[in-house]
Amino acid sequence: MIKDYFVLAFKNLKKRGARSWLTLIGILIGVAAVVSLISLGNGLKDAVNSQFNIGSTEVLTVQAGGVNNYGPPGSGAAKPLVQSDTDAINKLSNVEVAISRNIRSVKLEFNKKSAFTYSTDIPDNQEYANDVYKFNGLEIGSGKFIQAGDRGVIVLGSNLADGNKNGFGRDVHIGDNIAVNGKNFKVQGIMKKTGSLIYDNVILMNSADMKNLLGYEDNVDIIAVKVVSKDVINQTISDIDKLMRQRRHVKVGEEDFDVSTPEATLSSVNSIISGIQIFIIIIASISIAVGAIGITNTMTTSVLERKREIGIMKAIGARNEQIFYQFFIEAGLLGLIGGMVGAALGVAVGYAGTSALNAFLSSTTKPSISIWLIFFTMLGSFLIGSISGLIPALKAAKENPVEDIRG
Amino acid sequence: MGEIIHLKGVWKIYKEGEENQVIALKNFDLKVNEGEFISVMGPSGSGKSTSMNLIGSLDTPTRGSIFLDKHNISNLTESDLAQVRGRRIGFIFQQFNLIPNLTAKENVMLPMIFQETDEFEREKKAEELLKLVELQDRMDHYPGELSGGQQQRVAIARSLANDPEVILADEPTGNLDTHTGDVVMKFLNDLNEKGKTIIIVTHDPELAMKHTKKIYWIKDGQIEKVTEKINGKWKDSKK
Repeated sequence: MIKDYFVLAFKNLKKRGARSWLTLIGILIGVAAVVSLISLGNGLKDAVNSQFNIGSTEVLTVQAGGVNNYGPPGSGAAKPLVQSDTDAINKLSNVEVAISRNIRSVKLEFNKKSAFTYSTDIPDNQEYANDVYKFNGLEIGSGKFIQAGDRGVIVLGSNLADGNKNGFGRDVHIGDNIAVNGKNFKVQGIMKKTGSLIYDNVILMNSADMKNLLGYEDNVDIIAVKVVSKDVINQTISDIDKLMRQRRHVKVGEEDFDVSTPEATLSSVNSIISGIQIFIIIIASISIAVGAIGITNTMTTSVLERKREIGIMKAIGARNEQIFYQFFIEAGLLGLIGGMVGAALGVAVGYAGTSALNAFLSSTTKPSISIWLIFFTMLGSFLIGSISGLIPALKAAKENPVEDIRG
Repeated sequence: MGEIIHLKGVWKIYKEGEENQVIALKNFDLKVNEGEFISVMGPSGSGKSTSMNLIGSLDTPTRGSIFLDKHNISNLTESDLAQVRGRRIGFIFQQFNLIPNLTAKENVMLPMIFQETDEFEREKKAEELLKLVELQDRMDHYPGELSGGQQQRVAIARSLANDPEVILADEPTGNLDTHTGDVVMKFLNDLNEKGKTIIIVTHDPELAMKHTKKIYWIKDGQIEKVTEKINGKWKDSKK
């Protein structure tokens, strides 16, 4: 019998087409936001996580703080790290190796076109160089990596070799010459695709070449530290903290440097994404609440307009609860239809958003859409709708048939 | 022929005890027997509509009792009353009062939905009834697509949906021209001949005298007189 009320309610909504659609738009937008966000959010996290190429979990990084201009990590610090900091850290007992790293933006010229990207140095020490490749999860695709003693050569991230992505208008091959900040370098290797926006667009060169080219002398942007074992990573962080405070003459709590693990950075990024998700869900909830009030409003108007109909239905035998069901289900249907269209829209936005993200970050994530998400969204929308229609439906049930028919 | 509706010593007072109280019915007695074709006649303000609401169990009396098939229905809850009238009384209104967004067939099916008749039977019955009022080719039309007379015939079909013993018609020809009105009355007459009890509420003595067999004349909330057609002539009957 409940089916009959659904049919009656649906006919009523259909008759009031435009008004029904306008009423459910609030729920629709809210649900679309929630569904697209949940499906996008996890995709977004995956995509961001793929930017952190964590090759080794025993690695931590030291950077100077107090950034006073824009640029790659560490390069704009007010009081940069220096080579002697790296040497001092190298002497700590739990440290297996500490390597100075520099990352700077450079201008590339090739095929009469130019592009800006990052250059990162490879230590002029074969053991350290191998560590750098390993820490960052880098692998050579063709040609060969920068080795100790190499001069005048560079290795490209995969995107830089691709004519569709590098901005030069044509593919770059091994043996080609590229001008870096005006000086010619020969391409001797191209890396495998990593999925990371940074590493797929970076150039690698020997640290001696990069120091000459960019003139940063003894300054160090990042110190990569490998600890002897993962178990002592926290102990090592506090050892480095203490050492650096002494060397930079700062007190506890006033550190102008930062010691962190990639995982810590990653988890802080993830918590930012979660924060954004919560924020948007709150906005979406407001939209749903406004939508719910809209349903209450429409149903109240509807009861007033259909007083006569209610009276007739009562005269021909409708019990109070049967009138109630009709209006209650009608309100629920408003919510449900809003939820259905909203969920469909949300799924579409989820897919569109993820493929945009994939195109931008060259990642391969998928939106996470589960049957349960859709099911609970539908159920939730129906409940929100029917609860919004509760008071108008009760009012309809209590109408007096005598007054309504005469009315 | 046993009694089917009996209003016994019924008072209906609106806003009782207040300064502007209205006594619509005073110690009103009316007994309708099974198979009768009667009319309740009176000018507006006479209490005619109030009596219709009480006969049709749309309303409950302030004082007195109403018996439907010898069961006292004066104290039923609103929902139980709805159930009773849905099953035992069919309504026909002056304004037709069909639900505009349902087709003729769906309108006829509606009272059966409220009695929870199953879907198959509902549809079969609605088709039969629309055939009876000669609207078999208009079943899927909406009320707005039907003439007044056709709408009133759908209303007659609807009033018969749950096989009620009594059909209560409030000014059934009030919105129709004479010819269409006569067609509608003919259908009611046919139903009476098949054994249905028919009660017409009207202000029009001509209609009452032309089609019904017994008239309750109402004035100031009371029955003034009762006349009965015996061998084609109207005679006073005892109240």
